[in-house]
Amino acid sequence: MRELRAEEIEALAVGAWILGTGGGGSPYHGLLNMRRLYREGVRVRLIGPQALADDDNVAVVSNMGAPLVTQERLTDSGMIARAVKVMQEYLGRRFRAVMGIEIGGGNSIQPLMAAAHLGIPVIDADAMGRAYPEAQMTSFAVGGLAPAPLVSVDPRGNEVIVTGATNWKWMERTSRKVCTEFGSIAATCKAPRTGAEVKRWGIPMTMTKAIRLGHAVIEANRSHQDPIEAILKAEHGKQLFAGKIIEVERRTTEGFLRGRTWIQGQGRDRIRIDFQNEWIVVWSEGAPLASTPELICVLDSDTGEAIGTEMIRYGQRVTVIVLPSPEIFLTPRGLEHVGPRAFGYDIDFCSVFA
Amino acid sequence: MKRIGIDVGGTNTDAVLMTDGCVEAAVKVPTTPDVTGGILHAIGRLRRRMRDGAEIAGVLIGTTHFTNAVVQRRDLTRIAAIRIGAPATAALPPFCDWPADLATLVDGGSWIIEGGHEFDGRPFLPLDIARARQAAREIRARDLRYVAVTSMFSSLNPAHEDAVAEILCEEIPEVSVTCSHLLGGIGLLERENATLLNASLVALARRIGTGFERALAQSGLLAPLYMTQNDGTVATATHASTLPVFSIASGPTNSMRGGAYLSNLQDAIVIDVGGTTADFGHLRSGFPRQANTVVHVGGVRTLFRMPDLVSIGLGGGSLVSPDGMAIGPRSVGYRLIEDALVFGGNRLTATDVAVAAGLAEIGDRSKVAHLSPTLIEGVLARVRSMIETNADRVKIQAGDAVLLAVGGGSFLVPDRLEGVSRVVRVEHGGCANAVGAAIAQVSGEVDQVFQGLERAEAISRARALAEHRAVDAGADSGSLSLVEVEDTPIAYLPGNALRVRVKVVGDIQSVERRSSDGSEIRHHHT
Repeated sequence: MRELRAEEIEALAVGAWILGTGGGGSPYHGLLNMRRLYREGVRVRLIGPQALADDDNVAVVSNMGAPLVTQERLTDSGMIARAVKVMQEYLGRRFRAVMGIEIGGGNSIQPLMAAAHLGIPVIDADAMGRAYPEAQMTSFAVGGLAPAPLVSVDPRGNEVIVTGATNWKWMERTSRKVCTEFGSIAATCKAPRTGAEVKRWGIPMTMTKAIRLGHAVIEANRSHQDPIEAILKAEHGKQLFAGKIIEVERRTTEGFLRGRTWIQGQGRDRIRIDFQNEWIVVWSEGAPLASTPELICVLDSDTGEAIGTEMIRYGQRVTVIVLPSPEIFLTPRGLEHVGPRAFGYDIDFCSVFA
Repeated sequence: MKRIGIDVGGTNTDAVLMTDGCVEAAVKVPTTPDVTGGILHAIGRLRRRMRDGAEIAGVLIGTTHFTNAVVQRRDLTRIAAIRIGAPATAALPPFCDWPADLATLVDGGSWIIEGGHEFDGRPFLPLDIARARQAAREIRARDLRYVAVTSMFSSLNPAHEDAVAEILCEEIPEVSVTCSHLLGGIGLLERENATLLNASLVALARRIGTGFERALAQSGLLAPLYMTQNDGTVATATHASTLPVFSIASGPTNSMRGGAYLSNLQDAIVIDVGGTTADFGHLRSGFPRQANTVVHVGGVRTLFRMPDLVSIGLGGGSLVSPDGMAIGPRSVGYRLIEDALVFGGNRLTATDVAVAAGLAEIGDRSKVAHLSPTLIEGVLARVRSMIETNADRVKIQAGDAVLLAVGGGSFLVPDRLEGVSRVVRVEHGGCANAVGAAIAQVSGEVDQVFQGLERAEAISRARALAEHRAVDAGADSGSLSLVEVEDTPIAYLPGNALRVRVKVVGDIQSVERRSSDGSEIRHHHT
């Protein structure tokens, strides 16, 4: 167990935005909350999943909803802590530690905020290793763990507990409805996990990974080195393509941002990337070049800053890189949940690292 | 067509007379404390080049006053902040991400009250009217007269901001209210920051605006007056004096646009050294490189579309400590011609050191003959290092770059610099900012979420609204063209929610047109 330093939280915000793979929302408000809490003297501790006893109770948290709404409603560290407290009251037992469901984007900071208020440590793990749009797209769902109960809270004081769901898709549907009623944003405490479940099904060390990634970018920018090269080196990634955005096509269907963007390279070569909140498949001349579950990141070619699917626009100079997927998603069951077919593409997953 | 472009800096007032895009005359005179005198002086000197005033289509003024006020932390008014959105948003109160020294000057207290809206314009909670009235009374008791009001999703539904503004007007005599929906944009903190800055600048803007109007009236020119804005476009002076944040970065924007125009350079670092500040930016394909998303003004995060700039407190009027160890950020500003040693004053400025070193011929060189070579070398070395460090900060790749030096204080820029392949100076470069002002257009912008509309319908509504705003701001409705359109369906929001950003620009409406169609300048309430 160790205490997280303030500058590590700054780096986490940068790294988590890259791991958002185009979605997940900005970590900025979470970062501001953490700066305030650290100024007040609060400190957050990080523990590895191996430090958990098998029967430890672990809270699993995330904010659910539209990142755009957060831009106006802001983030309140007390909200996610309240979701955990409501869960504790419902279960009648206390949590030993808290973890995030999603290391990509704004949700990376949620477990830190909960931990700051509750005085329990954060686990160095998540259940996505990146950002994904739906509840069944987690390593816990791949592991067939129970999807319920789930607590949703809003800032007005409304609280809803979904006590049962026949499967993860039903949990997604029911809790999404609640989220929409709350104003398309809700702080949620997901189905609690045991220490054994986290050790077996959690994706380990993603918190330190995001921090390491953030450090690499910050340090490269400070010394005018190429930040993209630094990212590739830090995470054993692969550069796929560099060019200019020449078209973006977006539509909202079933509450998701879907669309495609075309990138023109130096010569006549061009690629297309399809997205559903996050970047899903890269195409070149009709053939897939890369796809989920590997992490497709579109970065500003100059600064290495990640560019989200909501922010991408004509004329931006971008570099597309791919980072390795957590191993659990490369298994047949993992691919069922988050492989290309889970997003409606009838193609086999083929690793760029093969 | 003839236009006069004027840049009122903290130190100098620059003016150019442009005929069909060519600089016919350029003058530089000291800025006066009342602003009016300097402008009158400059126009007076330009008039020798005109047959009569009637041929002037417009006088376009840019000023660095607002950015100087924020950077130097002076001439700012202490304000009250009302946020509508409790119990949400309260964890990150107004001023929460401001530099401490600036917050100390401006923050007169915050009131966070219940109310605000959802993304679709429905109320989040009813507005707490009683609490709003109580806040107004407390603000009055604290003797605060400038108030910033920001409500959740007010760019979609301004009702709660308007209601609170009305209560403030009832409770506080002569109150000045800035409502955030007038500044636009989605992102509560960033919009609020802009609103807070605006409220703290309104008093200064009114003083300066009055000075501009008076100068123009006294000069005898009948041309309409415009003020330039951050994006290189202009608004009518009345509009601009209520919304000074829209002009906060206009000085450096004008310099960069003017510098690009005069030099024809496509890719270069631009440094604009004025009397008080030096601004560093990057020209790419002939245009100032825009900041991608978030722009910091004096350390405050905002969402303005403006060039990506680094500003430091270094200019011709920067105060130099007697031992030469410290330069700026304080500047004698327009008092250069009284206070600087070369003008017989008793304050050591960067200009004095440059004159002593033979870099500039200003004032009386004999008055700085006593400065020791060690001090001169030390100061110049420090200036060089400040320029090298910051030119490097705006670079987007390692390696040498061309550096375009403009502005009245550009004599401080050495010909040889680390990381710079060559230093370029252009004719009228000292007045690049005034040239940038003279070539400005009028714009209107919209950034709003539309629901339940087809994409084409949403864009066309946004465009109509933007055109309306542009005409309000002084554009000729016949010349409007669409320069930016961006639509983003919003993930997770039901009802085909579409965020549409539209910007239109047009030429300045001519005097004849304005009087013939009887259009009036609308007064936005602030």
